[in-house]
Amino acid sequence: MKILAIESSCDETSMSVIEDGHIDLGTVILSQIDIHKLYGGVVPEIASRSHVESVTVVLEETLNKANVTMDEIDAIAVTYGPGLIGSLLVGLIAAKTIAYIYNKPLIPVHHIAGHIYANNLVKKMEFPLIALVVSGGHTELIYMKENYNFEKIGGTLDDAVGECYDKVARVLGLPYPGGPSIDKLSKEGKDTYKLPLPLNDDSYDFSFSGIKSAVINLVHNEEQRGNVIRKEDLACSFQNKVVEILTKKTIKALKEYHVKNLVVAGGVAANSAIRKSLEEECIKNSFDLTVPPILYCTDNAAMIGAAGFFAYQKGIRADLNLNAKANCNLEDLL
Amino acid sequence: MVIYMEYKITLKDELDTIELAQNLESEKFPNMIICLNGELGSGKTVFTKAFASSLGITDTITSPTFSIIKEYNGELPLYHMDVYRLDGNTSGVNIEDYFTKGGIVVIEWADTIKDILPKERLDIKFKVLDENKRVLVITPHGKQYEELCEAVL
Repeated sequence: MKILAIESSCDETSMSVIEDGHIDLGTVILSQIDIHKLYGGVVPEIASRSHVESVTVVLEETLNKANVTMDEIDAIAVTYGPGLIGSLLVGLIAAKTIAYIYNKPLIPVHHIAGHIYANNLVKKMEFPLIALVVSGGHTELIYMKENYNFEKIGGTLDDAVGECYDKVARVLGLPYPGGPSIDKLSKEGKDTYKLPLPLNDDSYDFSFSGIKSAVINLVHNEEQRGNVIRKEDLACSFQNKVVEILTKKTIKALKEYHVKNLVVAGGVAANSAIRKSLEEECIKNSFDLTVPPILYCTDNAAMIGAAGFFAYQKGIRADLNLNAKANCNLEDLL
Repeated sequence: MVIYMEYKITLKDELDTIELAQNLESEKFPNMIICLNGELGSGKTVFTKAFASSLGITDTITSPTFSIIKEYNGELPLYHMDVYRLDGNTSGVNIEDYFTKGGIVVIEWADTIKDILPKERLDIKFKVLDENKRVLVITPHGKQYEELCEAVL
């Protein structure tokens, strides 16, 4: 079964053709930068996300790359939320139009379900599993008893990990996005600054605004005392605490839910310290860990196509009244 | 020259921030625009969380820094924005649409999009004194917001 998938929840417009939920026949991810390149320079109207032209360009390119025609496509999968309404609507309207014109079933996919199913593009997902979703805008622990069955067992109460990294990077004067900058710098440093282990309790929830404030206060206090901040050491101390709490709660979830499989999803999965720490703990406990390659970690339509296949098998369909949702629960399957 | 009224309030801790948010919420009206400015960790999100809980929103208010806009349903809809990441480039995000949707709009780092802010709004500037203490400078723009301040502050 071939699914044409569309994802446009945030900064990128992406389409992909995915066969049977795991074979990527062709994926195109168009960022604002690519759009500018395509038209030879910055063109404000084209930069506008709501511009229809970028959608048709991406569609053509995707079908070419996958070497399929619309006739060979069996269904259309699309991200309906969560995300920016304006951005979501671009993809959603495109999906509905294509589904209507070519008379194909329409499958609504939750953005986070997509991130999790990116793992199926690497290796067949085995259930039950725990998914750690860590991205710019999300930090969640999900328990999956079986295919396309989601139970959110914990999440951030304030900043997502990615947001926390970005804010600490801002305080340290490091470039955006903060994740790669801090990850790189921390390799040159030592864990010398004392920072709290954020929300170190029995829940599966996370809170990163406290450690952000602790870093800010530490920097202010050191500056007032006339001390120079050793950025590499502070980056290392900060990252260690974040990695420690993420690892601790994830491993606890695997143990308490009696689960052997861990999948990691989202852009922050690229962080080397998080990967290393989870790998070590998984080896120690004989858990099976899957982390997708970077391309599938950040926002892309391939993951929506993978998730869409399993949603379809579960009988999940939408009609042309499907609407974009800025906020929506992973558990409330459409 | 227009001279704006300005209120200066010292908050001794986070609880004071929460109380102020609750008091402002009690005088809410549709299309109320609250603009928050102040450095990282100064209390903008703490303020918004308290405001949201007064509005009867039970969802966890998480940071909108990455996603830019988050929407919640309460006694009135709440549109929580953080426009820092836009770096002033608001084209395509349709922020203006939210000003007239009948909900309450809370914008963090609003100074970075001054050009598109409505003339009538409430500006709150957070200044950090020490780890807990904050000074807030509250500036109402427009009659509705002046009355709101007189009632609450």
